[in-house]
Amino acid sequence: MKTFTSALAVAVGLAAPAVAPAVAQDLSGTLTIFSDMSNPAPRAVMEKLASDFDALHPDLDVELTVIDREAYKTQIRNFLTANPPDVANWYAANRMRPYVDAGLFEDVSDLWAEPEIAENLASTKGALTLDGKQWGVPYTYYQWGVYYREDVYNELGLSEPQDWEAFKSNCQAILDSGRKCFTIGTKFLWTAGGWFDYLNMRTHGYDFHMALTNGEVPWTDDRVRATFANWRELIDMGAFIDNHQSYSWQEALPFMINGDAAAYLMGNFAVAPMREAGLGDDQLDFYQFPVIDPDVELAEDAPTDTFHIPSGADNKEAARAFLRYVVSADVQTAINAGDALGQLPVNASSSVDDDEMLEQGFAMLSSNSPGGVAQFFDRDAPAEMAAMAMEGFQEFMVFPDNLDDILARLEQARQRIY
Amino acid sequence: MTDTAPPSIAARRLNGQALAPWLFLAPGVLFFLFYVVFPIFQSFNLSFYRWDGLGAAEFVGFGNYRELMTDRAFEVSMWNNLKWLVLYLLAIPAGLFIALFLNQTVAGIRIYKSLFFFPFVISQVVVGLVFTWFYDPTFGLLNTMLGWVGAGPINVLGDPTLATYGIIAAGLWPQIAYCMILYLTGLNAVDPEQVEAARLDGAKGWRMLWYVIVPQLRPATFIAFVVTIIGALRSFDLISIMTNGGPFGSTRVLSFYMFEKALSEYGFRMGYGAAIAVVLFLIMLVFIGYFLWTMWRQERGR
Repeated sequence: MKTFTSALAVAVGLAAPAVAPAVAQDLSGTLTIFSDMSNPAPRAVMEKLASDFDALHPDLDVELTVIDREAYKTQIRNFLTANPPDVANWYAANRMRPYVDAGLFEDVSDLWAEPEIAENLASTKGALTLDGKQWGVPYTYYQWGVYYREDVYNELGLSEPQDWEAFKSNCQAILDSGRKCFTIGTKFLWTAGGWFDYLNMRTHGYDFHMALTNGEVPWTDDRVRATFANWRELIDMGAFIDNHQSYSWQEALPFMINGDAAAYLMGNFAVAPMREAGLGDDQLDFYQFPVIDPDVELAEDAPTDTFHIPSGADNKEAARAFLRYVVSADVQTAINAGDALGQLPVNASSSVDDDEMLEQGFAMLSSNSPGGVAQFFDRDAPAEMAAMAMEGFQEFMVFPDNLDDILARLEQARQRIY
Repeated sequence: MTDTAPPSIAARRLNGQALAPWLFLAPGVLFFLFYVVFPIFQSFNLSFYRWDGLGAAEFVGFGNYRELMTDRAFEVSMWNNLKWLVLYLLAIPAGLFIALFLNQTVAGIRIYKSLFFFPFVISQVVVGLVFTWFYDPTFGLLNTMLGWVGAGPINVLGDPTLATYGIIAAGLWPQIAYCMILYLTGLNAVDPEQVEAARLDGAKGWRMLWYVIVPQLRPATFIAFVVTIIGALRSFDLISIMTNGGPFGSTRVLSFYMFEKALSEYGFRMGYGAAIAVVLFLIMLVFIGYFLWTMWRQERGR
């Protein structure tokens, strides 16, 4: 099967340039792209994407502007209204909501109706859908899960936990050896959102989690309390490093690298800095967050980064061609490779790079996430709710006794926001 | 023609004299009106709307202010602003004593003065980073030092009851240096004859300081008050660098909360942010009004 898909990918890869020139004649003018891929590796990927697309279309002039990733989050509001490019980066799910509601993103449902995209990108269609229409295309995503110190687990004779009991007993064994089970840095709050996502999705499932982030369930609901009760078991054990509220996620890495903590619930982007700090393949491994309730289908967090066409774009025809190009199987394979973005391709016909973590992540998301794929707490919930809730999660992790107060506060906010 | 010419020249000269200052002031006044005064009224107006910065603004009257009344984060921010205001004033006596200490002629005193002034020269961001490392619960110098005297490790910036004080302490470091330099220049202007006369009358130590030196330093004290109070009310960068408003919002002040609500990644409630800004402006207006009144009174007294 695998050889078949890769053979298919090669076939598509070979076919694409042959077809492209025929289409190319029609594209002319300028295609402006605003991108937030400002870190060194993503920047190189984006620049190559732009120049390759430029080379494919001789009459088309591609102009790329790369903006600092954090600054982009505020600048997008200005340029979408004042000076819209033809293509812009953004994120999936509720993060698109303000721009979709304000009519600033172009409806690209027509692209998603094309068989090439409809068949190969089905897994991320939900994340790009708001109000029954699609507003952009994904270009990369990455798995979340537990990255752990394989050597510590081997030393203590532990194996990857499959259920909640094993998860806790492993943790107890790690604590008894004088280490902490999990490192985390909650200074910027969102890391605690990852823990909540997993605990809530494992306790009550994907649909409940989505209902909660969409404001359909009160925060004071007993089911929400059950999620926090599970979380509290870990907190009361002392599973998390002390003083996590003072650290960013990067500042929490040394605890794992020095062996003071055995695992990290994180996105795949944490692998690169851990490898750079010297953790080898025999020291670092990955497992899927274990089952808590066996009756609940597994669901995962896999944040998706996207391309959109602003509704004020001048060259929408070229923009659509660019979106088609970005999601095509061979381009997806190339830009998500280990030496490029090092993440997962969104096209089902693409092949995943030969990397221990990426292969496990790809297998997990494509075959072991029947419940659904969530985006991440701060992308699934509206921005304001996310900010308040994640602050509550941080407070809960430090002062678990404040739970009633926190939930009452969040419920008050929910009634106002939605 | 000859009858009317002289008065018209005089009038023109008078006009010229009256007009010239305004012409010179015009660019400054225009910029001030456009970039300072106009946005103030714009903020006032915006605070009556609900607006996400993208769609159409919806008029909500005093809705944003009503929400502020029940907003606990706003209350915390107000209290923190008050803590900043009171504790930041410690910079004034501290700066005075360092200035008195350094106001002597010893070899190399300029170097010592420069070293004491140094924290004011470096960026607030750097001050914040240095203190964050100093306070770091695991690797920080503070806990190492506390360990020498047998005191337990504390996480200053991670403890909601301590964090604000930790940040204020970091803010005092450069502010003391600023007050010190104000007083050092003030001390240059102290009249040596008065000091001599007081000494003949038997004044020394604290009495000399309180009754002879400090009254002569009044202009410096006034400026020190102004810059310190305004500095305390607009504290922002240290909070942003050291705790980002956390843990769980316990170190927010009004300016930071306004930024969070209106302009940060999870914000874009422009009307609500504007309402916070208006409250902060009114608080500042009390102090600024007082300062302006004092200055005006002094000018008139001359």
